Amino acid sequence: MGKADGNSTFENNLIFMSNILELHNLKKYYATQKAVDDISFTIKQGSIFGLLGPNGAGKTTLLRMITGIFFPDSGRIQFDGKEFDPLNDIIKIGYMPEERGLYKKMKIGEQALYLAQLKGLHRSEAMEKIKFWFKRLEMESWWNKKVEDLSKGMSQKLQFVITVLHEPKLIILDEPFSGLDPLNASLIKDEIYGLAQRGSTIIFSTHRMEQVEEICDHIVLVNLGRKVLDGTVGDIKQQFKENKFSIKLSELPSIVNSNSFQLVNQQANALTVRINEGFKSNDVLQYFLQQNLTIESFNEILPSLNEIFINLVEGTNATSRAFQKVTA
Amino acid sequence: MNKILLIIQREYLTRVKNKRFILTTLLMPLLIVGFIAISTLLAIKGKDSHKIAVVDSNGFFKGNLKNSSNVSFDFQEGVDTLNYLTKGYTDIILIPRFDGAQKINYIIRSKKRISITTEATISEHINAAIEDKMLQDAGINKLTLDSIHTQSQFAELKAVEENGGTTKESNAALSYGIGFGSGMLIYITMFIYGAMVMRGVTEEKTNRIAEVMISSVKPFQLMMGKIIGIGAVGLTQFLMWIVLIVGLTTVAQAFIPHDVLEQVNTLQQYNGQMPSGGMVKAGEAAQQIYKVQHTISTANWPVIIGCFIFYFLGGYLFYAALFAAVGSVVNEDPQDAQSLMLPITMPIIFSFIIMSNAVQDPSTPIAIWASIIPFSSPMVMMARVAYGIPGTVPYWQLALSMISLIGGFLLTTWLSGKIYRTGILMYGKKVNWKEMGKWAFRKN
Repeated sequence: MGKADGNSTFENNLIFMSNILELHNLKKYYATQKAVDDISFTIKQGSIFGLLGPNGAGKTTLLRMITGIFFPDSGRIQFDGKEFDPLNDIIKIGYMPEERGLYKKMKIGEQALYLAQLKGLHRSEAMEKIKFWFKRLEMESWWNKKVEDLSKGMSQKLQFVITVLHEPKLIILDEPFSGLDPLNASLIKDEIYGLAQRGSTIIFSTHRMEQVEEICDHIVLVNLGRKVLDGTVGDIKQQFKENKFSIKLSELPSIVNSNSFQLVNQQANALTVRINEGFKSNDVLQYFLQQNLTIESFNEILPSLNEIFINLVEGTNATSRAFQKVTA
Repeated sequence: MNKILLIIQREYLTRVKNKRFILTTLLMPLLIVGFIAISTLLAIKGKDSHKIAVVDSNGFFKGNLKNSSNVSFDFQEGVDTLNYLTKGYTDIILIPRFDGAQKINYIIRSKKRISITTEATISEHINAAIEDKMLQDAGINKLTLDSIHTQSQFAELKAVEENGGTTKESNAALSYGIGFGSGMLIYITMFIYGAMVMRGVTEEKTNRIAEVMISSVKPFQLMMGKIIGIGAVGLTQFLMWIVLIVGLTTVAQAFIPHDVLEQVNTLQQYNGQMPSGGMVKAGEAAQQIYKVQHTISTANWPVIIGCFIFYFLGGYLFYAALFAAVGSVVNEDPQDAQSLMLPITMPIIFSFIIMSNAVQDPSTPIAIWASIIPFSSPMVMMARVAYGIPGTVPYWQLALSMISLIGGFLLTTWLSGKIYRTGILMYGKKVNWKEMGKWAFRKN
């Protein structure tokens, strides 16, 4: 075996390592609908990935295939550089479903221990990790409490700990912040950043667009079982920008009329304009400079993810209207 | 540790540590033994004694009426209905003039109402006296009569069955009791533990813990862990009951007076007869205790207990899997469970009906077939096994029944596993048996 071969294997490994998950043409059809219809995307190791979509878009089915709960009808899943093998890979995944689930009558410490052992940790190892996390999230005094005695936010924290306890390579969080107060939400958010920094990949499924914009590196939007959008938050915003700018002037302009742009909105001396095709932002500035007006600020208005999604999903079916209500 | 073992352990420990479980496990044998002890005590000590004055108009009964332990007859002159209470009697019997030719009515007056057993005793004594008197009138010597009485008193039917060359004493009443009791116990536990499995599965589903669990273990492991764990709880309860009942009975025996116990031991030694030609008679209590002990010893306990454990477990596994399947498709509405359970509860109830007939007549074709088909075999075979192997139940029938029960529960577990796998993650949809059937027989 030559030297060159060794090098290329090393390079290949690097490429494989960089993708923790690759989905290739996944399909899952139910009797009445195509829940997941030919979806492909890849997720980079250590990234925070947002999986978005309206209710009934096929997110849960997709996540259940990734967690090995469902088998795809066709298509391939590549996990950590190898063909996904649910039986063995399941312990490398932590899944927190949208509907939280815990044994209500079981003591919290015992429950965490039980679920950690089911993930393949030894008792002593599990104990150690639970103590670490309970201390870290200030849950030490809960050990002998029952889940039914916890508030919604507290059980949410517990569920999070149970999900990440076994240090999975891939962590799937479905609406992780629902029910958390701002303080605890930011606590969990910091933990998510920390986990990503230590090499875990996070798939983040949510309806809350402002959180997606803040947290996610990369997003995929699915609707009606198909992939609608795929890219980084910045790229997508660039892709959907409408060439809108906001301008603040020091004094009230008289009549605004130019062939380079259109006035969309005016509130006193704050204007919103859309640049016409074939013109640039400098043309707008030039117009106002020629008018001898002092410009206090000039910004490009990028659409929010929320706006982009509503635009893309609106009117596609009944469930997308439900989606609007949730996000609005 | 193996995942399924972890699940079994949790299912088992959470239930065994439960206060209600501990309470029922401890109280049930106490109740049973206490009930038996109290009714025995009442039977021995509770008999009120009667001192009866007899006003015999024609001197017919004098010398012929025998006293018994709690009833004594007295023929003193000058006692009448007005003064019998003041003279120390509890009752008075007035017998009209009587020539032995026609039926007479006699009257008993009492301070307090007499019990049905006392009434029977008195009537028996009086009729015996009349019979004696008539026999004497017909020319039989009183001495001869007395000697006949003492000799003819203890004729007893002893049933013996062929048992491969040797014979074995059997007791139909005991077989009936064991058969019906164990069949009944299997019937009740099938419902109690089957429902426990169903509730547990539904709880996991509606709690949404199922989804968390299934991202760690296979659905089949989750289902089997629950079924086996709860089955172990049932087995623990039975074993505890057996131990406690045996223990408590031993304790209860300590309250039997020493001399009675000695007599019982002598009876055991000499096979139910007192030594030295029956000159010494054992007391009534000792004879009763000996009789009970002797009857119980005629049953083949190791075989019965072994069969019971097998059929309890087999029947439980057979039905628990079906209950788990139903539990997995039920949503929050308990009404759904009711209608879905019907196809499972019907065969159980039907088996119970067959069992209560089989326990009276264990060799009818229906009883034989029902004891082989796994739907009904746990209860019906227990009813028949009590009558003896291989006398009533040939070996081939027992073997066939056991094999088909094992095959049966493997089949129901396999089918239920497929229903469970789909049902446990399906929310908000009402599912019927037709649909469950589709899931069960779907390939892959």
